[in-house]
Amino acid sequence: MRWRFLARRLLMLIASLLIASFVIFGALYLAPGNPISALSGGRALPSASLRVLEARYHLNQPFFAQYWYWLENALHGNLGISITLQENVSSVIAARMWTTGGLVLYASLIILVFGIGSGVIAALRPGVADTSVLVSTSISAALPSFVAAIVLITVFSVKLGWFPALGNGTGFWSSVRHFTLPAIALAISSLAIVARVTRAAVREEADREHVQTAISRGIPMRQVVRRHILRNAAIPITTVSGITIASLIAVAAVVETAFSLNGLGAYLVQAAESKDLAVVQGISLVLVTAFVLINAVVDVLYAVLDPRVALGSRAQ
Amino acid sequence: MSTAIGMASRRVQARTRGGSLGLLRSTGIAGLVSAAVIAVATVLAVFGPLVAPYNPDLPSLGQAFIGPTGAHILGFDFEGRDVLSRLLAGAQSSMIGPLAVVAGAMALGTLIAVVTAWRQGPVDTVVSSGLDILFAFPGILLAVLAAAIFGAGLTAASVALAIAYMPYVARVLRGAALRERGQPYVAALEVQGASGTSICLRHIIPNMLPLIVAQATIMFGWAMVDLAAISFLGLGVQPPTPNWGVMISENEPGILQGYPLPALAAGLCIVGVVIAFNVLGERLFEQAQAASR
Repeated sequence: MRWRFLARRLLMLIASLLIASFVIFGALYLAPGNPISALSGGRALPSASLRVLEARYHLNQPFFAQYWYWLENALHGNLGISITLQENVSSVIAARMWTTGGLVLYASLIILVFGIGSGVIAALRPGVADTSVLVSTSISAALPSFVAAIVLITVFSVKLGWFPALGNGTGFWSSVRHFTLPAIALAISSLAIVARVTRAAVREEADREHVQTAISRGIPMRQVVRRHILRNAAIPITTVSGITIASLIAVAAVVETAFSLNGLGAYLVQAAESKDLAVVQGISLVLVTAFVLINAVVDVLYAVLDPRVALGSRAQ
Repeated sequence: MSTAIGMASRRVQARTRGGSLGLLRSTGIAGLVSAAVIAVATVLAVFGPLVAPYNPDLPSLGQAFIGPTGAHILGFDFEGRDVLSRLLAGAQSSMIGPLAVVAGAMALGTLIAVVTAWRQGPVDTVVSSGLDILFAFPGILLAVLAAAIFGAGLTAASVALAIAYMPYVARVLRGAALRERGQPYVAALEVQGASGTSICLRHIIPNMLPLIVAQATIMFGWAMVDLAAISFLGLGVQPPTPNWGVMISENEPGILQGYPLPALAAGLCIVGVVIAFNVLGERLFEQAQAASR
């Protein structure tokens, strides 16, 4: 039944999170030298700070106990202290979370509206519309976010001056203006992929017999598209949209750096450069959790849209 | 219908029998152009530093961000180095990283795919669900984590990406290996007493080769984008080594000063090579699938 599918998916979700968190914690021991030098990033710390670090990470206890304490602290929102900022990692994350969240949300909106929209148009109107969508998507699918970023900055902020090139902005409308180019840069290659899958799915459905029957019965085209084509094509479209949107979370780091946005990803990169391991661990944990959660939601949505998926899991 | 497909695929096989040249011819004009672009990039990756007209590493700050002149057709970068020379020399570090990532991910992924498909049963179940869990780590994130632990550099980033891509390879190839495992000739070889290892190495993997090549080609494009992104972030190839990703980040200030040429030229190199790998990979994929039907 559906409950069994949900239970299985939930179990997998928890296993994924446990293993991902274990890898992130274990990074401490993979680093050359001892965990203390990894945490301090090779800096010489006063002995009082060393004792604090030792106590915080329970370094005198066995490895698995240390992992457990760390995970428990993380679940309580306590992710340690940044060596370079001398600040709580959790509060640093909380302050920057909305930049990354807003950017990913904005980009997702662009992907859903323009990706699905252009895919449907290309599928239903062969000819010029279809060809132009095909050509533009095969180029933009290969356009990395940072290349898109420099092209957008060159054209729309330096040449035309329509949008600011760098920074977050203050207030809602200013933020929307500041986030428009970054969101487009983040969305553009995923948008192309979603458009292509949408086009293929809609075209496949439109050729089906039940659609031909509906048309020959004289049902208005609008209704045929909405009820008979889009509903069935929704399954692959949902999957590819979900997967590409989840992948934006990691790529956001690149876009934030290119546009000097004050987000989680940009900070993750700075922390990796300065070897501030507590920050790297904390942000990685947050990003991986978001990534895994979105993927799980997509899988469940998929089962809701296509009941055969949940039924199939029972047969296995 | 199915016989028509069978005949078509046999025709494809017959055409591809002429070696790699015949294979390329059957990918059409777009495939040929893509292969040419890839060939040029590969030649530059080997000989690029030799054909560079000027020293790509020698700064002369007085010429920083000066536009194209007769002898320097792409102008100078932020440290006054010849942009064309840096692009040519940069092909090396831009191509070698993706090559390492693809080789590592394909070797590991193929091994896992063939072993799980051959063994089936509990081994398959455990390994497959393990791979599902490994999908939890996006490649770029794993590479940033690796840079934080082992220090920034191409090696750490390439190893991290190879690990992140591996589950994807294993998942795609496992299906093909399972199909091959079910073929009557495999059962016949088993009856004749051939060992599992020799059947896998001498029959199953060679029969999967078109799919493996197609997958590797597509993956090269992804690896190129991700590694360039990591170098752009400052966690991959380190300046002053010439690299297309690094060139974008170090010349980004020029964009705001109204001189975007060096950054855009490096971006164009990346996009051109990635499009070539994508197009060729897609064509090879379609062929591999048509042949396996």
